[in-house]
Amino acid sequence: MSLVTSAATATPPRGACGFLGEVMAATPGMNRLNMCIQCGSCGGSCPSAAEMEHTPRRLFAMIRAGMRDEVLRSNAPWFCVSCYYCTSRCPQQIHITDVMYTLKCMAIAAGLYRDASLPGFSETFVDYVERYGRSFELGLATRFNLRHHPLSLAAMAPMGMGMLKRGRMGLTPERIQDMPQLTRILERAKALEETP
Amino acid sequence: MKMLFYPGCSMQRTARPYLDSLQAIRADIDLELEEVQDWNCCGATEYMSVHRVPAHALVGRNLALASRQMKAEDGQGTPTLTAACSACYLNLAKTDQQMREDPRLKVSVNAALDAGGLEYRPGSLKVRHLLDVVCNDVGYEAVHAKVVKPLYGLKVAPYYGCMVMRPDPDSRWDNHEQPTAMDRLLQALGAEVVDYPLKTQCCGGHMSVIGPEVAYGLIRRLVHGAQEVGAHLIATLCPMCQLNLDAYQVEMNKHYKSDYHVPVLYFTQLMGLAFGKSPAELGIGKEFVAAADALTNIHGLAPDEEKIRPKRRPRAEDGLPMPRMD
Repeated sequence: MSLVTSAATATPPRGACGFLGEVMAATPGMNRLNMCIQCGSCGGSCPSAAEMEHTPRRLFAMIRAGMRDEVLRSNAPWFCVSCYYCTSRCPQQIHITDVMYTLKCMAIAAGLYRDASLPGFSETFVDYVERYGRSFELGLATRFNLRHHPLSLAAMAPMGMGMLKRGRMGLTPERIQDMPQLTRILERAKALEETP
Repeated sequence: MKMLFYPGCSMQRTARPYLDSLQAIRADIDLELEEVQDWNCCGATEYMSVHRVPAHALVGRNLALASRQMKAEDGQGTPTLTAACSACYLNLAKTDQQMREDPRLKVSVNAALDAGGLEYRPGSLKVRHLLDVVCNDVGYEAVHAKVVKPLYGLKVAPYYGCMVMRPDPDSRWDNHEQPTAMDRLLQALGAEVVDYPLKTQCCGGHMSVIGPEVAYGLIRRLVHGAQEVGAHLIATLCPMCQLNLDAYQVEMNKHYKSDYHVPVLYFTQLMGLAFGKSPAELGIGKEFVAAADALTNIHGLAPDEEKIRPKRRPRAEDGLPMPRMD
């Protein structure tokens, strides 16, 4: 499976095989996920832990137990707000936030998520970046909400109007000059990610 | 002081007042910012959730363009690349650091960049946030020297958010949970900095879009906390934090049927006010929660130090003997 063989990083350390090895290999940098001692500092520091189906600590135990589907289906990685409290407090210096990014990538690649609106925001964002090289807030908000929360569009309209009135939102996207160059770079990077 | 500058998408649009106020004050603090030519989006917290190596390649293009641009100019020392948005800063710093730490990532990113005729040698740029540059390179004294209209009487809650302080890939900060750099900067402007223990708690990030109720809870905690300690306004250093605490404060009020009114300004806007710039020039007035009323608290009188920092309560004569420090 292509997920196992991300070109991102070194082979997992000895003993980290199976799903744990897969997650570690796909996470760049010295992520140390196999060093987790299940202390729970991560979940205790997490601002959205209360809404997560599994706290980070529990999720890491599930990774070690090889519960691939349950882990990738969990809403926990999507509810990660990238505040890095867990990462900075982890006594084992595990790059927890980076592991959460890996789990999101894997869930998208495997099509494993219960609520399509969770990856939907990231995917819409990526789509605009790949088309223009810049993010485009008006398009992002409109397209995401139309697709996933059509009923909330009316409620969000005042904020959109407020942004436009204050000159804080553009009506048209901005495109970088050398878009073909960026496209070539991203295509090569994607090919690298998929080949061993 | 000359350095490269990566503005990022937010500063073009949603955080335009941040860019405008930075441009208004940069001559005063002798900052010469050279924009990276044809920069692209840093990917925020979203690109990396979909593709891993391409996310680093996306950031790698910016690093490569920046290092090439600086090399063309002068080859003295390691050039600084500064970003004012927390997410942009962290993405640039993290890709640089992880390319140094992970040789295979370095190979992959450079193989991808090669498709665009670019290359990046990790470590050839110092990636730093604007607050770091202002506090540590410009310095509090140089900032203080430029103050013509001190912010006396204005109570400010310094809010740092997450990504500038954590994970701090290059170990630039001494405290990741209770930093004081912006506190000291605001004090140098004459403002009264209130004790704000929530200063590095999360604003909600992308949850304001994908799970608003989670974000509303976090926003209410921050806004309520600032109000509780008597702050007239919150000072921030991040476009995402400003958007969530300002525009979504209105939505949060609707959700909880509350009526919080705590304006959120960028630290550069407060610097501009103290440097005597007009509010319009600094983009003040473009916030959802209007700051005009809060700013009327600024008065011309220097605060009575004794009142702000009361002396220690005298010890009772008949108390238990305490160890003497002298």
